[in-house]
Amino acid sequence: MNTTALPVQADGEGDPPGTPEPRSPGLSSRPVIPLRHPGRWIVTAIALVLLAQYIHGLATNPFYEWPRVGYWFTRPVILSGLRVTLVTTAWSALFGFAGGVVLALCRLSRSPLLRVVAWAYIWFFRSVPLIVVLLFLFNFSAVYKTLSLGIPFGYEVAHFNTVTLLSYEVIGIVGLSVNEAAYAAELVRGGILAVDQGQIEAANALGLPRFRQLRRVVLPQALRTIVPGYVNQLIGLIKASALLYYVSLTDLFGAVQQMGSTYPSDIIPTLEVAALYYLILTTILSVIQYYIERFFARGAVRTLPPTPLQRLRDSLSGLRNQAANAWTRS
Amino acid sequence: MTRIFSSRGGTGRPPAPSARSAAPAVEICGARKAYGPVTVLDGIDLTLPAGTVTAILGPSGSGKSTLLRAINHLDRLDLGYVSVFGELIGVREQDGRLHELPQRAIWRQRAQIGFVAQNFNLFPNLTVLDNVAEPLLAHKRLARDPARARARELLRRVELEDKASSYPRQLSGGQQQRAAIARALALEPALLLFDEPTSALDPELVGEVLSAIKQLAKDGATLIVVTHEIGFAREVADTVVFIDNGTVIEQGPPGHMLTNPKHARTREFLAKVL
Repeated sequence: MNTTALPVQADGEGDPPGTPEPRSPGLSSRPVIPLRHPGRWIVTAIALVLLAQYIHGLATNPFYEWPRVGYWFTRPVILSGLRVTLVTTAWSALFGFAGGVVLALCRLSRSPLLRVVAWAYIWFFRSVPLIVVLLFLFNFSAVYKTLSLGIPFGYEVAHFNTVTLLSYEVIGIVGLSVNEAAYAAELVRGGILAVDQGQIEAANALGLPRFRQLRRVVLPQALRTIVPGYVNQLIGLIKASALLYYVSLTDLFGAVQQMGSTYPSDIIPTLEVAALYYLILTTILSVIQYYIERFFARGAVRTLPPTPLQRLRDSLSGLRNQAANAWTRS
Repeated sequence: MTRIFSSRGGTGRPPAPSARSAAPAVEICGARKAYGPVTVLDGIDLTLPAGTVTAILGPSGSGKSTLLRAINHLDRLDLGYVSVFGELIGVREQDGRLHELPQRAIWRQRAQIGFVAQNFNLFPNLTVLDNVAEPLLAHKRLARDPARARARELLRRVELEDKASSYPRQLSGGQQQRAAIARALALEPALLLFDEPTSALDPELVGEVLSAIKQLAKDGATLIVVTHEIGFAREVADTVVFIDNGTVIEQGPPGHMLTNPKHARTREFLAKVL
């Protein structure tokens, strides 16, 4: 090799910045010492102090009346309110999602009429406040005294009295569902649009019938994108169900309101009970969401993300290793 | 390597009626197609005999993919028609006019034509085995267990049996494309279409896919391959068709056409890609 081509300087010309210093032997076999972050430790300390102060306040401030919370937590009236909240949101979640899928398919269909109808439905129910829809349905039996099944404008097959047919619970579920469907439709549509066009083309090339394409190829892939948004939507639905109190349904919020006005000294503890139950419901949903997402991630990622338990175990063993390292270093 | 293509052998479909067996595998007549102001196919006529391998060459945007996709009706022609083994695709003739077929009939026709796309398009939510079994189940050819057994057999032919329970994204590109070939073979199609089957692959993986296709050709399948692999076209194809600007510039046996093209346009193209 021609040495003049290398940026090596001859000895005796000083110590230019490019000159490599001799490295200590065995350097390549020693691990790199990680950079320290003193700022992070300071911020963490401040946050811990604030958190401790807050928890201390929660525990010791008599204003929170924890013994009363314990009392109200298991009262039958609260539990029956919780039941109403659970039943109405569960049915509305189910009907809302089913309606959303149908509406999304209509919006994506080739028929201009179906597209327009679905668009108008979504436009209407996203525009009108849920409380207005609920109050309207509540007064529905005044507008339509009877409902009939039969040929449009022709013979009647069956005949219902709206007042007996529509219990408050049914009205509540219908109201939440029609509203939920409008939002779910856009989420589902977004998920379907996110599926690669090549997938549908491949399904077409294999001669898969349309419904089978949807069931085996499109929806399973779309659900991966739909689930996070839809759980968000469900959490909103649980909280929106508090509006059912205004159409004479004693849901969790309604029960708390009634107890609060009956026993004014217990307003704060009953509100805390409501908050605790909503927290529990949302937590359960979040856990379910994690596992559903993990289920639909099959095939989409090379290795599945760990379950929370696995992650806890990993980080514990990581901490143990770190401690062991620190020990051997000192 | 074992025999990959067995449409005339083992299971399933009754042989084509004798009246049709004399018909060419593919007949394209006056194919025209435009996307808005852009003409993609400008009157193409082609006849490809059964049991032959045809390589379609041409610069990008020349219309070769559209032509291939018109053969199984993934793209509709504005004018002209395609028939496969004597049967019009996507349309029927009545009173001197072509009438669109209902979707069901088109799906049935597509089951007779295998299609392998550039990006494999395996279904990522299904295992490799279920991908191959899916067309058998969708067309109710077989129940679940026999369909899986058959799928496993097809995977063995493309040497992927050990990947049966993997998901497609866990496979290399070459393996995915071979799985896609197995899936296209599941319904024992009489005709196989390949749309640039190796364009999305790393150079070192091209060979395994080409040799799988070569094996199909050796087994006597009718293949149409849109490709940029001139060497592959020279070695395997019976006919090379050169397309540019939506028209067939020239066609002929590869030895002749690839070494001695008649048209200046073909010479220019070959000079660039060889």
